[in-house]
Amino acid sequence: MFEIVAAPIVLEHVIRAVRRDDAGAIATFLGTTRDRNVGRRVIRLEYEAYPEMARLEMARIGAEVRENFGAAAVAIVHRIGVVEIGEASVAIAVSAAHRDAAFAGCRYAIDRLKEIVPIWKKEHYVGGEIWIGAQSGGLAAS
Amino acid sequence: MTLKLLFFASLRERAGTSEMTIELDGPITVEALWRRLQRDHPRLASYSGPLRFAVDQSYVDNQETLQDNAEVAFIPPVSGG
Repeated sequence: MFEIVAAPIVLEHVIRAVRRDDAGAIATFLGTTRDRNVGRRVIRLEYEAYPEMARLEMARIGAEVRENFGAAAVAIVHRIGVVEIGEASVAIAVSAAHRDAAFAGCRYAIDRLKEIVPIWKKEHYVGGEIWIGAQSGGLAAS
Repeated sequence: MTLKLLFFASLRERAGTSEMTIELDGPITVEALWRRLQRDHPRLASYSGPLRFAVDQSYVDNQETLQDNAEVAFIPPVSGG
């Protein structure tokens, strides 16, 4: 399951997608909206995607996780639109025979997603808004 | 040739559109196309941040030569998750 959704993420669905009889472990990750970032008070985040390419890149990451960690199955779901404080913007589930591969594969998947998947977040904070970019501070809207 | 251009995030705001179709003579690389767009659209000219290019939904390097009917995406630094 490699999906872009415009509604609240249901983690159980993501877990269900990676269940395997030969898996003894399922590791999950949720990325959630935090109320502050580099000294700014965050009001909400808003996500935008290039959905066709994002799905392809997420599937690529899934293949990398299976190959590099011997994982059984991988699922990645990313939400677009407004994601309020405390809500999940992304969910990842990785199943594997044993927990080392599940944990490591899950960590790898979120790290890779942040490098290559064409999704962008705009931070609405007290005082303004800013597209978050490669720099930790973001690219100021102008 | 005909090219479909896609803009996202801060670049979409600068371009004033998420999508544009253009006609031009090839051959041309993505990098040269970007320079031409910056020349024709001053608000794109003022973007000096990092940029990656994708053609038909795959990342390409700057020297990739474009084919007719390619979908070209201009990808500012990603920030998913």
